[in-house]
Amino acid sequence: MSSTTHDAHHDHHDHAPPKGMTRWLFTTNHKDLGVLYMVFALIMFFVGGAMAMVIRAELFQPGLNLVDPHFFNQMTTMHALVMIFGAVMPAFTGLANWLIPVQIGAPDMALPRVNNWAFWLLPAGFVLLLLTLFMPGGGPAGGWTMYPPLVLQLGDAFPFLIFAVHVLGISSIMGSINIVATILNMRAPGMTLMKMPLFVWAWLITAFLIVAVMPVLAGAVTMLLTDQYFGTSFFSAAGGGDPVMFQHIFWFFGHPEVYILILPAFGIVSAIIPTFARKPLFGYSSMVYATASIAFLSFIVWGHHMFSVGMPLAGQLFFMYATMLVAVPTGVKIFNWMATMWQGSMTFETPMLFAIAFVILFTIGGLSGVMLALAPVDLQYHDTYFVVAHFHYVLVSGAIFSIMAGVYYWLPKWTGHMYDERLGKWHFWLSMVSVNVLFFPQHFLGLAGMPRRIPDYALQFAEFNMISSIGGFAFGLSQLIFLWVIIKCVRGGEKASDQVWEGAKGLEWTLPSPAPYHTFETPPVVK
Amino acid sequence: MNLKMLTRALSAVGGAGLLLFAASALAVPESEWRRPWALNLPQGVTSLSEQVYNLHMLVFWIVCIIGLIVFFGVFYSVWKFRKSVGAVPAQWHHSTTVEIIWTVIPFLILLFIAIPATQTMVKIDDTSDYDMTVKVTGYQWMWEYEYLDEDISFFSRLDRDSDRARQRNPEIRPQDVEHYLLNVDNPLVVPVNTRIRFLLTANDVIHAWWVPELGWKKDAIPGFINEAWAEIREPGVYRGQCAELCGRDHGFMPIVVVALEQDDYEAWVDEQVNGNGEAEETAEVADEDNGEVAEQEDMSMDELMSVGERVYGNQCLACHQAEGQGMATFPALAGNDQVIEDREWVKDVIINGVSGTAMQAFGNRLNDEEIAGVVTYIMNAWGNDSGEEVQPADIRAAR
Repeated sequence: MSSTTHDAHHDHHDHAPPKGMTRWLFTTNHKDLGVLYMVFALIMFFVGGAMAMVIRAELFQPGLNLVDPHFFNQMTTMHALVMIFGAVMPAFTGLANWLIPVQIGAPDMALPRVNNWAFWLLPAGFVLLLLTLFMPGGGPAGGWTMYPPLVLQLGDAFPFLIFAVHVLGISSIMGSINIVATILNMRAPGMTLMKMPLFVWAWLITAFLIVAVMPVLAGAVTMLLTDQYFGTSFFSAAGGGDPVMFQHIFWFFGHPEVYILILPAFGIVSAIIPTFARKPLFGYSSMVYATASIAFLSFIVWGHHMFSVGMPLAGQLFFMYATMLVAVPTGVKIFNWMATMWQGSMTFETPMLFAIAFVILFTIGGLSGVMLALAPVDLQYHDTYFVVAHFHYVLVSGAIFSIMAGVYYWLPKWTGHMYDERLGKWHFWLSMVSVNVLFFPQHFLGLAGMPRRIPDYALQFAEFNMISSIGGFAFGLSQLIFLWVIIKCVRGGEKASDQVWEGAKGLEWTLPSPAPYHTFETPPVVK
Repeated sequence: MNLKMLTRALSAVGGAGLLLFAASALAVPESEWRRPWALNLPQGVTSLSEQVYNLHMLVFWIVCIIGLIVFFGVFYSVWKFRKSVGAVPAQWHHSTTVEIIWTVIPFLILLFIAIPATQTMVKIDDTSDYDMTVKVTGYQWMWEYEYLDEDISFFSRLDRDSDRARQRNPEIRPQDVEHYLLNVDNPLVVPVNTRIRFLLTANDVIHAWWVPELGWKKDAIPGFINEAWAEIREPGVYRGQCAELCGRDHGFMPIVVVALEQDDYEAWVDEQVNGNGEAEETAEVADEDNGEVAEQEDMSMDELMSVGERVYGNQCLACHQAEGQGMATFPALAGNDQVIEDREWVKDVIINGVSGTAMQAFGNRLNDEEIAGVVTYIMNAWGNDSGEEVQPADIRAAR
């Protein structure tokens, strides 16, 4: 192909992709796959969001108003699975696909065919998972954590749930191996590790986390499968097993998993804030070390999800101390972002607004995390709406806000058009206000005694639930603006310059907008 | 009043007598903490819960201050260093001194918090030295309490009014039920100023026993026994809920603890053990070996069906579904030939359960009338129309 690059017929097309469906089905191009991942994530964001709307509608007022409790439990369970494995992880993987090669000056990902296969496993896995909702007995309803013995009461959907988790896990592992291989092998000359953009660093560390823990999840759910069908008793006391052992194995995966959902966000925000502050990122190397420390700590804090299961005192204290330590590197990151803004020259385009909101709201989620780390008080907070508020602050106004910031930031590079700034600001302000109306009152609900995962509640919780639901509906509707901004930007708009943003630095901004189908076939030289 | 009449009264009024028993006969104050717009954890009624509360408030104020510093820093920058007001960007990007400072200071703050947290944890974990023991067993979806030092044990379920109001298209509105979803038929009654050890376990899936005013929650895990303790200082009614997702009716298995002065508690124990008083006897009805077989009268078909429908709604419906159509691994009862034809088998399954399946043994949870009712109901509802009438005496004989 490359020998025909300058053929007269192709000159202005520059390796135009094939037309039609096969382009997307068979593509090994990192930009195409990045787009596929992100479109898939966007669809799943609305699917998972629709489930959240069912939950908030049912909780709008006391009484069982809309759905059966069993269906409610399916909604809470599937909402989590869809949002974690279908929306946030694929969105980050999509960003990684699109951006890592152009940020390190590589022509494509190291393993393009693996890349295609890793993506197409995702829709397959989600078809399996979502179809369980229509099976006799309904879909998974025991929580996304799949604790036995409850999960074993699931009907026909059980093996489909396990198989879907396997498929999604294989997809993530392949995607991550590809990212590690790309970053370690395909950097342009002069792009040393400590010159890489922080988004690349964050993803390198995240990819190692995924490769380390996804097989653990696969093992845990396989043990569930053999307990159910092949007569083993890993998690049944009657056969000499222990249901709590599942929780240990699950959270050994699960805690690194929650950092998998946030580390790439740190990378995105670390790209956006310096751009719009027009000032270099403060403390680049301490950012790298902080990310690595957080990743390391993530392996030794899983017990804080299980303070109420009856661990020995020494175990509780160990997990409490280790968890508290996470606050130190996380604090370093927050302070570094603040220092980057200090004495900068800031403008507030939509990506910057989302990035600043991320710093503020992620801090709230992080601080409630410090409270949750304390084992004795966690015995009060655990499994209440306080926890729900905590992890939605870090996942919605953290991870998802960072993804939105990233989409607004790089959309002109992808499409060649500027997005509609006025609509973008509307999207931001509506999301910013409604996400707080949605989740802040849930702190109060949890402290006042409302357990999580209940379809109906005592009358004393009515007021805050109604407020929270109103915030939820507003947040859900606001996301339609996001969808519209993206569609509008893809279809046209003001022509974007190559650099797009005045303060943008990095290899991707040296490329034309939109970036051609193939880039950096001749590696750039990084000084 | 003999036992049977009591049972009928119970069926008819839907447990209202028990509610009266719980709420008024004991005449203890409701907790002030549970109210609309409540924002915070309770201080609670044990020395432990107060210590937990104080730790919560300490760390709460610390994180608030840290949060305010961060917010102020960000908003000040946003205000001061705007391009639109002519800010010129500096180009510095590193300072080892500041970075060391904001690594070390948070670490010291954490150290400061870790000390009281460790002390509190050690205290919570110390379950030695107790005056009495209550064994708590979680079921889908109710609690069983056993007083290991007395001959008392009973089940504690969502109260009848809440249960009616929590249905879809309910007969009564949740707003009209006092303590909606936070009331039970038989509360756990304990004395004040007594160190109570709780042993927690479960029969089916994992549950968690949580009364916020005692300051902790603990998982109830099938096959294992967890320990916790409380020493309640003030008489009162303290309410809580199951805190670990345990299936369809996870939201509907509340906990009510009634703490009495020592004398009142002893009177209550006496009533439980010796069977004085009427309402208490009803509370024990499910477990009593009543020895009144000879007096047991036959119930009419209508009575059996009415009792059966109530029991079915409480115990069977979640799995076998409203029209007996079953669901997934839970078999259909409607139109099931074995159900229609084999009354001995139906009785056996309900009394003894089916091992290796989710079908539990209800023999020790329901009384003869209730089992007779539900067997009759299952064999005649939804077009099963077997015409069979199973009487309490039949159940008595089958046990």
